[in-house]
Amino acid sequence: MARRHILRSARLTALAAATVASIALLGACSTDSTDNSPEADAVTVSVQWVKAVEGDSPGGGMTAAFAKIANGSDRDVRIVSASSGVSEQVQLHEVVDSGGTTTMKEKDGGFVVPSNGSLTMTPGGEHFMFMGVQRPIRAGQQVAITVRFADGSTTRVDALARDFDGNQENYSPDHSGEHR
Amino acid sequence: MTGRKPARISRRTLLTGGAGLAGLGVGAVAVGVGHELSGPDSAESAGQQTLPFFGEHQSGIATPMQAHAAFLGIDLLDPADHVTLQGFLRMWSQDAANLVQGKPGFSDTEQELGTAPSRLSVAAGLGPRVFTSPTLAPRRPSWLAPLPAFAIDRLDERWGQTDLVVAVASDDPMTLAHAVRVVVAPIRRRCRLRWTQQGFHHDRNLFGQVDGTVQPADDRYDDLVWDDGSDQQWMAGGTSLVLRRIAMNMDTWEAIDRPGRELSLGRTLDNGAPLTGTAEHDEPNFSATRGGIPVIPAESHIARAHQRTDREQFVRRPYSYDLAPEPGESSNSGLIFATYQRDPVAQFVPVQQRLSDHDALNEWTTPIGSAVYAMLPGASRDGYLGETLFGSE
Repeated sequence: MARRHILRSARLTALAAATVASIALLGACSTDSTDNSPEADAVTVSVQWVKAVEGDSPGGGMTAAFAKIANGSDRDVRIVSASSGVSEQVQLHEVVDSGGTTTMKEKDGGFVVPSNGSLTMTPGGEHFMFMGVQRPIRAGQQVAITVRFADGSTTRVDALARDFDGNQENYSPDHSGEHR
Repeated sequence: MTGRKPARISRRTLLTGGAGLAGLGVGAVAVGVGHELSGPDSAESAGQQTLPFFGEHQSGIATPMQAHAAFLGIDLLDPADHVTLQGFLRMWSQDAANLVQGKPGFSDTEQELGTAPSRLSVAAGLGPRVFTSPTLAPRRPSWLAPLPAFAIDRLDERWGQTDLVVAVASDDPMTLAHAVRVVVAPIRRRCRLRWTQQGFHHDRNLFGQVDGTVQPADDRYDDLVWDDGSDQQWMAGGTSLVLRRIAMNMDTWEAIDRPGRELSLGRTLDNGAPLTGTAEHDEPNFSATRGGIPVIPAESHIARAHQRTDREQFVRRPYSYDLAPEPGESSNSGLIFATYQRDPVAQFVPVQQRLSDHDALNEWTTPIGSAVYAMLPGASRDGYLGETLFGSE
């Protein structure tokens, strides 16, 4: 059922705001006429959600989104970036163990979703890191995330915000500069 | 899942609807109406019985009663904020669709607690205040309003009407507790959890009476229980929930001897047969007399509750509660009496009015909570609860 939240770039949505975005994405996709189908078409996103955040901290709040991304094709696909209207920036983060303490950092080269496999993004693991959240994202609100693949194709993920206290974003002093 | 077997099936199970049996996947099992199937789960199938989440109707209404239930009464911070309400219903649909299959909820941090669904059901309903906004006011079911005040009521706001209800039930109390957490945790800062009513189901209530005997016939559910959309199109497949909390005074009940107890109820205590019969489901004969005196007293509970018209029928799902007594008290027991019917005003209220006017059991029972909800139609696959309400908003 989670599949209904995924609106492929070519699919129109009932939401007026989304319609504008979809038209833009349609244009992007129509240019992709190679023999390989777009990477975005190989993936199915499920169990997607976003951590609710008040977004009132100086410089904007931080939060994270999670999902399971399955790749039904015979080749690996790579997520290279993500963006959303609710934050200034969305980074692709992993959590690494560095000498006994875990820290978040940007994942070099993005997220690889293995062929006929999946990537599960969970608190404490890989996630979309939202930085510069200027307005509250509250439980029940839907957040649209545009996920971009190595070949330039995109998938739109609609994720509902949930109250959740895990995946503490602010504990990485090494990266405080990046987090503004 | 060929090894899936039905859990313990009581006589009541057989009376609460074929839909539930189909949901359990027991179509291939020879079930003779009137026969009681029982037997422990095999170790292999223990806890793996599932109820569907998607379908025309929500599970947990016509399905055989689970052993444990929790009703969550939730208020919205802003009842006119339909975006948030819709988000809640979508989230509950996402989580419930997984949980009923023994899979984790989306933001579930205790996923190992949900692996034995044990016929878990999660059903949601809306209270009257949701329909006060100009957008939704025209979509309020005509019957969705507080019940009339009854003389016997001693209602405590603590158990009063809320904006939303989520009825969670399972045969496994750990599964139930986990599901309740999954329902509440992701919305906890955007709502107010007013009350939780937890209960357990047994064929008897805490007065020792066989309870929940009278139910609509299997072939009357479409007519008596499920909304057909004629009042509000979006409600087709839904129903109403009347949730009454009834305190039972164990101390004063103790003072009544066995014959007095049976006369007040109109049924025997050993098997729940009407005083004019020998088996629980024998039709009571209210005109039978012995020595010129009615065998079933006119003021007995079943004489008063008995339907006087064809419409006065509804699904009864009684759950007992037994909480820690208040200081100075020796018991805190009662019944969470949940009834489901297409139209509570036409079907439930006349019966409740008769019981309020006179019912021998009133001496030992006190309604302390009352609420009415529009229970949503089932979610279509790839859809979510409440979709028909917001679909063309």
